[in-house]
Amino acid sequence: MEKELNNQQNSLTENETKNHHQTYDSPFSRRIKKSTRVKESIIKYFFVLNGTAALIFIILIFIFLFKEGFKAVEHIGLVDFIYHSRLLDDGTFKRVFEWYPTSEDARYSLVPLILGTLLTSIPATIISTFFGVGAGIYLSEIANPKAKEILKPIIELFAGIPTVVLGFIMLVVGASFFNDLFNPTNRLNAFIAAIGLSFVVIPVIASLTEDALHSIPNDLRMASYGMGATKWQTISRVILPAAFSGVSASILLGFGRAVGETMIVLMAAGNAANISTNIFQSVRTMTATIAAEMGEVSQGSDHYYSLFFIGIVLFSITFLLNLIAEIIINKMRKKNTF
Amino acid sequence: MSELQLKKKDITGFIFINLTRLLFLFLLAVLALVLAKIIIEGIGIISPEFIFSSPKNNMTEGGIFPAIFGTVAVTFIMILLSLPLGVSSAIYLNEYAKDTFFTRIIRTAVNNLAGVPSIVFGLFGLGFFILFLGRKMDEVLQTGLLFGQPAIIWASATLAVLVLPIIIVSTLEALNSVPKSHRDASYGLGATKWQTIKNVVLPQARPGILTGTILAISRGAGETAPVLFLGAAFFLPNLPVVDLCIGNYCIPMINPGEQFMYLAYHIFILATQSSNPTKTLPIQYGSTLVLITLTFLLNITAIIFRYRFRKILGRL
Repeated sequence: MEKELNNQQNSLTENETKNHHQTYDSPFSRRIKKSTRVKESIIKYFFVLNGTAALIFIILIFIFLFKEGFKAVEHIGLVDFIYHSRLLDDGTFKRVFEWYPTSEDARYSLVPLILGTLLTSIPATIISTFFGVGAGIYLSEIANPKAKEILKPIIELFAGIPTVVLGFIMLVVGASFFNDLFNPTNRLNAFIAAIGLSFVVIPVIASLTEDALHSIPNDLRMASYGMGATKWQTISRVILPAAFSGVSASILLGFGRAVGETMIVLMAAGNAANISTNIFQSVRTMTATIAAEMGEVSQGSDHYYSLFFIGIVLFSITFLLNLIAEIIINKMRKKNTF
Repeated sequence: MSELQLKKKDITGFIFINLTRLLFLFLLAVLALVLAKIIIEGIGIISPEFIFSSPKNNMTEGGIFPAIFGTVAVTFIMILLSLPLGVSSAIYLNEYAKDTFFTRIIRTAVNNLAGVPSIVFGLFGLGFFILFLGRKMDEVLQTGLLFGQPAIIWASATLAVLVLPIIIVSTLEALNSVPKSHRDASYGLGATKWQTIKNVVLPQARPGILTGTILAISRGAGETAPVLFLGAAFFLPNLPVVDLCIGNYCIPMINPGEQFMYLAYHIFILATQSSNPTKTLPIQYGSTLVLITLTFLLNITAIIFRYRFRKILGRL
């Protein structure tokens, strides 16, 4: 086989010397050596295989979360993830919403955990929307180009702070600082965690808002100025409405980050699975529950599977948020390309 | 109308524009305060001894060298796994794939992978790499319980999946910025597609790929949640090193089958789970300072690289 190929190549080199202008190997011509063609297509399929890596991993994450998580549904039942029916002395049932998987009468209600997640991530998103959108507007519309060149990387550095550092700072400094200000019920509470989360979410919202505003064609600004509008009128009545979908996508993505963040809430939210809407009380989020309990649980127990079930819930929420944000961003891109 | 009159009329505009300016300044001030606090509290303990020695006395004294070593080892193997995969994935998407439904799904998958919570990656690493892949390898190779337990290799593999989108996206950007005319010129000279990619496209995209690599390392080194149950250890008396011997020559190598200490995890356990968190506070600040210096240096390098890269491209 090799000999044949060599012969072929030899004959080709002979041809080349005769009339070399016909033997250029361009991908568009049919005059390509067979060995080259085989090699090229092997390389191509190698890249195709690698190209699907991200898709394969997303599918694998799906499969392996569901594989373990569905055992929890089988063993415990879907209803028990919402409430636990406790038999009272007088023979009636009472619905308890508690996360208490280690007790003998194990309770697996996700309600306090979901409440904890919302109680930390929603305030964080509100704070971050205020600061993030403001910073995005400043970067895209107000700062002069030279300042922007320095300030944008600073936002990126901001985003690069490891979350464990933010959790640590909130734990040792932030908690005492805000305790003096608000006198909360618990020293570590949802509010402290929300402040910590804002550090993560603000850069996300700021940089995506900046992108969205930046992608608005300059013609719109010029037209607005031409009609006598001031800078702020242009920003508030022309640019922001035009970039509305992009800005809202950035807020969605920021919210997704807040829901999925682990270390900050694990260190600063107090980790008590309370049912409460008081922001100054300790809460326990879904992510913190997985992080805190996975290390101690015995593999194959109901508790173990239920942690994977929490993983499914988390994954589904963030997956949906990301998908919606991406659809919005894609639509915006289509609209903005004239 | 003069400039002055315009400004006078637009009082709300004046207020709001300065409000965004103030917001931004406030953010910078908070960031500076946090950094200053870490530096002031942490700088006192930083010494060669702190960086190059092991923890002593139930972790209340001594240094953090094993944690630094573990972080370097894990991120090193992580980048070995994820760089080839990410770069070739981006090559497929940018050079070979046409804009079909399938490739759009892949792009969506890349974006979605970037948004998966890091703790879910931890679950995935445990469920897939350790309990499925590792245990299956043990079964097939008859090695007892060697692969099916938390170890450096599985933590690296999981982090490799986590940073894959970063590498893919930055490589895509770099490949995309190589002008089509360069590719056409290469084809015109008789090069095949692979020759063109290898000799024309990739060399030009190298700074962009390097930027992605550095960002990925910095992200991997800062992650804590995924390694929580993938082999990050509270304290290890020995470094995860094994001597690889060929004949009489022995080279110390990272042992990918062992557990490891991790700088980010080290901060977490010292602050929340050690016996005396107040006594170890200086060590916590010191470790934080080391970690944040590491990630900042990496990020700044990446930013400078990208800035230069874009500047060069701007001239083309």
